[in-house]
Amino acid sequence: MLKKSSLLTDNIMHYCPGCTHGVVHKLIAEVIEELNIQDQAIGVSPVGCSVFAYNYIDIDWAEAAHGRAPAVATAISRLHPEKYVFTYQGDGDLASIGCAEIMHACNRGENIVVVFINNAIYGMTGGQMAPTTLLGQVTATTPYGRDAKLNGFPMKITELLAQLDGTCYVTRQSADTPGAVRKTKNAIRKAFQNTRLQKGLSFVEVVGTCNSGWKMSPVDANKWMHEHMFAKYPLGDIKDI
Amino acid sequence: MKGNEVIAETAIRCGCDGYFGYPITPQSEVMETLMLRKPWEETGMVVLQAESELAAINMVYGGASCGKKVMTSSSSPGISLKQEGITYIAGAELPCLVVDVMRGGPGLGTIQPSQSDYFQATKGGGHGDYHLIVLAPASVQEMSDFVVLGFELAFKYRNPAMILADGVIGQMMEKVVLPDYTPRWTDEEIEKISGSWALTGKKKRERHVITSLELEAHRQEVFNEKLQRKYREIEANEVRYEALYCEDADYILVAYGSTARICQKSIQLAREAGIKVGLLRPITLYPFPYQPIAGLCSQVKGFMSVEMSAGQMVEDVRLAVDGKVKVDFYGRMGGVVPTPEEIVEALKTKFMI
Repeated sequence: MLKKSSLLTDNIMHYCPGCTHGVVHKLIAEVIEELNIQDQAIGVSPVGCSVFAYNYIDIDWAEAAHGRAPAVATAISRLHPEKYVFTYQGDGDLASIGCAEIMHACNRGENIVVVFINNAIYGMTGGQMAPTTLLGQVTATTPYGRDAKLNGFPMKITELLAQLDGTCYVTRQSADTPGAVRKTKNAIRKAFQNTRLQKGLSFVEVVGTCNSGWKMSPVDANKWMHEHMFAKYPLGDIKDI
Repeated sequence: MKGNEVIAETAIRCGCDGYFGYPITPQSEVMETLMLRKPWEETGMVVLQAESELAAINMVYGGASCGKKVMTSSSSPGISLKQEGITYIAGAELPCLVVDVMRGGPGLGTIQPSQSDYFQATKGGGHGDYHLIVLAPASVQEMSDFVVLGFELAFKYRNPAMILADGVIGQMMEKVVLPDYTPRWTDEEIEKISGSWALTGKKKRERHVITSLELEAHRQEVFNEKLQRKYREIEANEVRYEALYCEDADYILVAYGSTARICQKSIQLAREAGIKVGLLRPITLYPFPYQPIAGLCSQVKGFMSVEMSAGQMVEDVRLAVDGKVKVDFYGRMGGVVPTPEEIVEALKTKFMI
């Protein structure tokens, strides 16, 4: 029977209608509940829209400085090797300011889960360019569209991380259709199971929409994601060992 | 043993759960000693070389969030990088120990001893209204003692503590009495000590959230007021200092760390020359011993702050003295260590001509 996960709090989510965060929060809550690890799961939330993830999923949380969640999670996991430690990070947090921290956590093979929401924009600060912003994409800091000469190229951080020996599972999913949501949930479950098996770092990217930042309706945002984001960021498993 | 090695050895012995560091001269021996000792095989202590100072201090944030005894060490430029994490740790009210073996600055500066990060250590360092509890060792023995004391105070007040040493103390070799082994805290002990806030996994209780974020201004002000009450309590309870030859002194040198050791020789030289000089050595730089210094004003002609800096602690000495007698300063910079003789000369020049 369909029901709300008991791990999702009754707090009203601050996310915009059409945002991907709420769906992914729900999936994480469901997976933790189904694996019955609520008392062993510790989340690390980022700086960005999902900074308040700790208001919605009823487990212990640390809120990290911008980009530093993998370092925070590293210590928690090393000091609590039996716990299920995960970070939840956006593209600005993970691929820009926290690039060093995620690279080295992956390279050390920390026994943690990383959930990476890629919506190609900074949401909370008002829609500025992210490392994953597509060429030509208009943002608050690329008002004439992202220009490779001026702003560099969209960064496929997930493919980079898959190259590192410490990652055991690297996948890219989305959450825009019932089928995609099911696949993303399976990926998150597999990632937590990898932690149980002490396999190393599992990395789940979810390509999402930020219709407010993209200045589109939720329906148009999904359409734009299909047409443009999936072309640059193709879905599927990149590494599974 | 070397001062830096003693930090590592005492950390293992006092039941430290984790050390997270990044190499920088003149304190790299701390992590090198730990790696050589392999405490993970002995006590279960985690030792990790991080990819940067930023990562190291955020690992400390993560470990401290779990109620564990965790620490890091670095030197001036590295401590600057750690300020982000330190202010988050202060803002989240987490206990931890940060060791700063100061070298000359600004910028990359020198690798020789200095005391030019007094302001950074005692007045906050990062953004926001906060303080570290700052301990200044003047011997290798105190390098050991203050690891134990630093953790004790950090957990007593849920506040980051700092050992502010300099390259001389870090590199100097002296005899030392190390503490007996104290086992690392068990999960049950952590529950007892930090069970009301630490991340231990949500069981039959409300979830714990370690954060320094509050979007509502009035609620943040209430938190700021709580922090300030804590600092007033620390100022009332934790001032530590040493007074040498102050009873009959006409002039008092105020110095901490290795400079205080040099000043002991200066006092001997001055007294041989018939000048009655004493030493007030602040052991806690925050909280600063304002009252003990103020109490000496009625009996002395002046104070001279001696530092390996351009004059930083002297501002606190002036605050303590409040214009009652003359306060002056003598210092060397850039990694140059003052000699006992030049300190006596400076005293004569500034106060007796």
